[in-house]
Amino acid sequence: MSEPLIRIEGISKKFTGRDGAVTTVFEDLYFSIEPGEFVCLIGHSGCGKTTILNVLSGLEQSTSGYVFVGGREVSGPSLDRAVIFQSHALMPWLTVMGNIAFAVSSRWPEWSKEKVRAHCQQYIDLVNLTGAEKKRPAELSGGMKQRVGIARALSIQPKMLLMDEPFSALDALTRGVLQEEVLRICAETRQTVFMITHDVDEAILLADKIVLMTNGPHAKVAEIVVNTMPRSRTRHDLHKHPHYYRIRNHLIDFLVDRSKAFAGDTPDYDPRRPPLVTPGLDPAAAAAQAPVPGTPLAVVG
Amino acid sequence: MNRLLGWRAPLLSLVVFLLLIGVWHALTLPKSAAQTVNAEYAALVGAEASTGQKSAFPSPRDVGVKILEHLRDPFYDHGPNDKGIGIQLGFSVARVLLGYLLAALVAIPVGFLIGMSPTVYRALDPYIQVLKPISPLAWMPLALFTLKDSSVSAIFVIFICSLWPMLINTAFGVASVRREWLNVARTLEVGPMRTAFRVILPAAAPTIMTGMRISIGIAWLVIVAAEMLVGGTGIGYFVWNEWNNLSITNILTAILAIGLVGMLLDLMLAKLTKLVTFPE
Repeated sequence: MSEPLIRIEGISKKFTGRDGAVTTVFEDLYFSIEPGEFVCLIGHSGCGKTTILNVLSGLEQSTSGYVFVGGREVSGPSLDRAVIFQSHALMPWLTVMGNIAFAVSSRWPEWSKEKVRAHCQQYIDLVNLTGAEKKRPAELSGGMKQRVGIARALSIQPKMLLMDEPFSALDALTRGVLQEEVLRICAETRQTVFMITHDVDEAILLADKIVLMTNGPHAKVAEIVVNTMPRSRTRHDLHKHPHYYRIRNHLIDFLVDRSKAFAGDTPDYDPRRPPLVTPGLDPAAAAAQAPVPGTPLAVVG
Repeated sequence: MNRLLGWRAPLLSLVVFLLLIGVWHALTLPKSAAQTVNAEYAALVGAEASTGQKSAFPSPRDVGVKILEHLRDPFYDHGPNDKGIGIQLGFSVARVLLGYLLAALVAIPVGFLIGMSPTVYRALDPYIQVLKPISPLAWMPLALFTLKDSSVSAIFVIFICSLWPMLINTAFGVASVRREWLNVARTLEVGPMRTAFRVILPAAAPTIMTGMRISIGIAWLVIVAAEMLVGGTGIGYFVWNEWNNLSITNILTAILAIGLVGMLLDLMLAKLTKLVTFPE
């Protein structure tokens, strides 16, 4: 197998409290992300999701373990990995164009003003913000601000896009529209994405693989759910697909019950090789729903 | 209804103004009965005032006439003790601006360093805490002794009093730049200089400007006192000189002018603050 784009090997994060007690938020994390893949990470709050993303981006350092990007160890933040922040993190003194141009001219300092402008315009058009170039963040709605954040991250053409619950601060309608756009943009650009979410439907819609975390402290990767639905899925026909409820039930089941006592119910569990599961193809899960004849049994260990 | 409301505040202002002038006028009305006063005092305030035909304190009319007189020729220069109020204000504003700009040149870069580094902050904090509460005028003798020039000493006093608010606000503004903006710069691999000028400076600008606004206010307060001490020129000296001349009308005119110029300086800084402040 070829080298994955991102390889995470046994990272852990420990915090020392005021009283000197050491809290292990997560430990023994192993998973990898292939080029062009969309990976979502789901877990309850407190399992260190944002910390994992910060370690991947290089903004924070893990207490132990390694993160490799394209075979090289991550030593700090890099233009290879763009981050879309939960709170959009736009600079209020810059216009939409200014915010994106700041990123573009950081990526390519040698570019002329016109070239930077033209490049920015391309990404402003991509996120459907044409006409809002001269507006400042305060004049934009929450959804538009996050579009600028997405355009800023994509404009530097990163190898990897890291998103920290990017749509959680938005209303349901705006969130749906933006999810579809992210799906479209990723399909167009074959962008590799790692996204943190707590929204099960969002994960099923967007992700090719869903990494499930057990509850913290001492959180680990419990299993990796493969989304067996075709990539052409949309928000409108998602729930009509036979795999949808199987995957959804599996995820909710995990979050409600199994994330608490995961180690207890899986005796042969090895955190170095978290099991890859395909509940979408599982007839047992299907039994609860309308039976689909001829579904092959395929649970990959 | 709204239009009516819009007029209420200016109307009330006008009523307050008329009331003040009215009370002032009533209190300075000439008294009919002749009063016996000290002969020396009579010589000072003039025959009319000493006999009670005219109040020693000028009436609003007297001050109004004086103001018009000053407005007609604000920039005359009849030797060291008789200069127009415009010239005197010009001297004061020039001193304030010079001391203030020098203070900004020192305070903003040093404040930046203090804000960026907790170590530098902790190292310099005791000095700031001790030096900040010293009345700027307490520096005056030391300045006169070391600088040996009264005009330069006045500028130094302005420098030292404008320094602290700017320094402290700059440090605070720089230290409290939102973490996520710095993280954006870090993920974009922006160098330290570019981060300082493109992210930290604009983010801290509103706080820095607030410090500059406080400073200009203090500087304008202090210049009057400083000029009373050093003498020669300036609106502070003008006030003191007119006290020696016992010209209360001139003193009142100068007080009004000091207030107006202070207000203008503050308005200018407020405008500038608005220019660099962006809502999120």
